[in-house]
Amino acid sequence: MTRLERKESLIRIALLVVAFSAVSVLVVITVFIIEEGTPIMVKYGFKKFLFNLDWFPSEESYGLLPMVIGSIMVTFGALVIGVPFGLACAVFLTEFSSKRLRRVIKPMIELLAGIPSVVYGFMGVVILVPFIRETLGGPGLSVLASSIILGIMILPTIISISVDSLEAVPPAYREGSIALGATRWQTTRMVMFPAARSGIIASIILGMGRAIGETMAVIMIAGNAIAIPRSLLDPVRTLTSNIALEMAYASGEHRQALFATGVILFVIIMILNTIANVTSKRRKA
Amino acid sequence: MGIIEVSDLSFFYGKFQALKNVTLSIEKQKITALIGPSGCGKTTFLRTLNRMNDLVEGACCQGQVLIDGLDIYQKGVDLLELRRKVGLVFQRPNPFPLSIFDNVTYGLRVHGVQDRDVIQERLRWSLESVRLWKELKDSLDRNALSLTGEQQQRLCIARLIAVEPEILLMDEPCSALDLFATEKIEDLMRELKKQYTIVIVTHNMQQAARVSDFTGYFLLGELVEFGETTQIFTAPTDRRTEDYITGRFG
Ligand SMILES: Nc1ncnc2c1ncn2[C@@H]1O[C@H](COP(=O)(O)OP(=O)(O)OP(=O)(O)O)[C@@H](O)[C@H]1O
Ligand SMILES: [Mg+2]
Repeated sequence: MTRLERKESLIRIALLVVAFSAVSVLVVITVFIIEEGTPIMVKYGFKKFLFNLDWFPSEESYGLLPMVIGSIMVTFGALVIGVPFGLACAVFLTEFSSKRLRRVIKPMIELLAGIPSVVYGFMGVVILVPFIRETLGGPGLSVLASSIILGIMILPTIISISVDSLEAVPPAYREGSIALGATRWQTTRMVMFPAARSGIIASIILGMGRAIGETMAVIMIAGNAIAIPRSLLDPVRTLTSNIALEMAYASGEHRQALFATGVILFVIIMILNTIANVTSKRRKA
Repeated sequence: MGIIEVSDLSFFYGKFQALKNVTLSIEKQKITALIGPSGCGKTTFLRTLNRMNDLVEGACCQGQVLIDGLDIYQKGVDLLELRRKVGLVFQRPNPFPLSIFDNVTYGLRVHGVQDRDVIQERLRWSLESVRLWKELKDSLDRNALSLTGEQQQRLCIARLIAVEPEILLMDEPCSALDLFATEKIEDLMRELKKQYTIVIVTHNMQQAARVSDFTGYFLLGELVEFGETTQIFTAPTDRRTEDYITGRFG
């Protein structure tokens, strides 16, 4: 082996180690959460964990249903708000605005992703929550407030990935459609969307992952009551909030139950990511 | 008077002038070939005829283009209708990544045709006119991208024919095809000329000589010479045309 070759193989090994250490972090987290969280699920029964309504850790009652439903409601609400806005923005930027405008606006939108979530929560508490309390009633800290704030927080994800996938559609498709006498909107709807479909779906699923995993902003504006909300104006607690709120003082089984909460969250997010990966891979095939 | 009358047409990409005072007249149901070296403005000229150049930011157009007597650059022109009437075939076949059926009926849907019978009839008729019906009638659900290059280009022509255009603009329609496929597309053009006016841009002088009735020679944005194909190829009046045709160009 020459000196150069030896150097090359050293570099290769070093890079391999670095790459694997990144993967191993994932493995460690997974193993740790599962190891800490599953025994208690097994002890009390998986079904009870998922479907029991009561969460009274002091009385050994660990029902996560309100939080599961809370997470789903808030995430769904975020999508209801974020997806139409996000897609509208993406379509505007790629199909209806000039290149110059796009070059200014897109980085600004991506900057939104860099704002710490506590700031979003803060804006929610200061502006949105009082507004909802005064105009619509209820405590203000609510499903609605959380949905709106989360809807805004997932915008950058949805917009930038959708814009990328719409831009990746060969311009020849757009031209072909316009040359047949289609309007811009028909072109978008009938050619660009189908052609960019998998990327757009991936953007929505990643946005969804972001919404379901968001913690800080939600704690600040959701109210965090442990009960299944009856209306959009009721407070709600999500899985992530549950962990963050109680971890500081939990011990023993309570602590394990919080890890179990994490396991459930983890599974949900894994499922979403897998779907995102599969759909975006199909695009390249 | 021709179906297309272009007078004193100039075209600018920003500051760059791509067409210089082009004047010509294109006759109905004939094939007109536009030849010239790379970058001389053939594509640009072709695209001014259905205002596809409107898509280019910062471009600007002066002069007059009459199609069927209508000035297509005047205010209030119905661009959608213009582009239905004046179809464009691209250099690289560009079927949509949809089914064959959706490709051919795309223009119909876009122009608001909903009647199923009409759609079926036009589908068949346009695929027949590009000689694809027999091959594809049982696989209309197939994705158009799975077709061969030649089939794709035929499909793109069928897609235009479905909306009953009058004029077909073809921008080097065979440049992505092999010789054999080229020959078949040329046959198709001769067939189509019975119903449509065809303007074809080509790099290939033999092709221009083979299929066209009239030929225009572009050089650096200028229309150097325009006339019957036989005359252009046997007795060009302009020295520059002669050089190009005899291969003494550049
Ligand atoms: N979108 C554009 N912006 C700026 N300049 C352009 C644009 N499109 C074309 N041009 C320029 O205009 C001139 C004519 O281009 P055009 O595409 O019409 O040539 P062409 O004759 O079709 O060439 P080819 O045979 O290579 O297709 C070229 O110099 C080209 O660089
Ligand atoms: Mg060209």
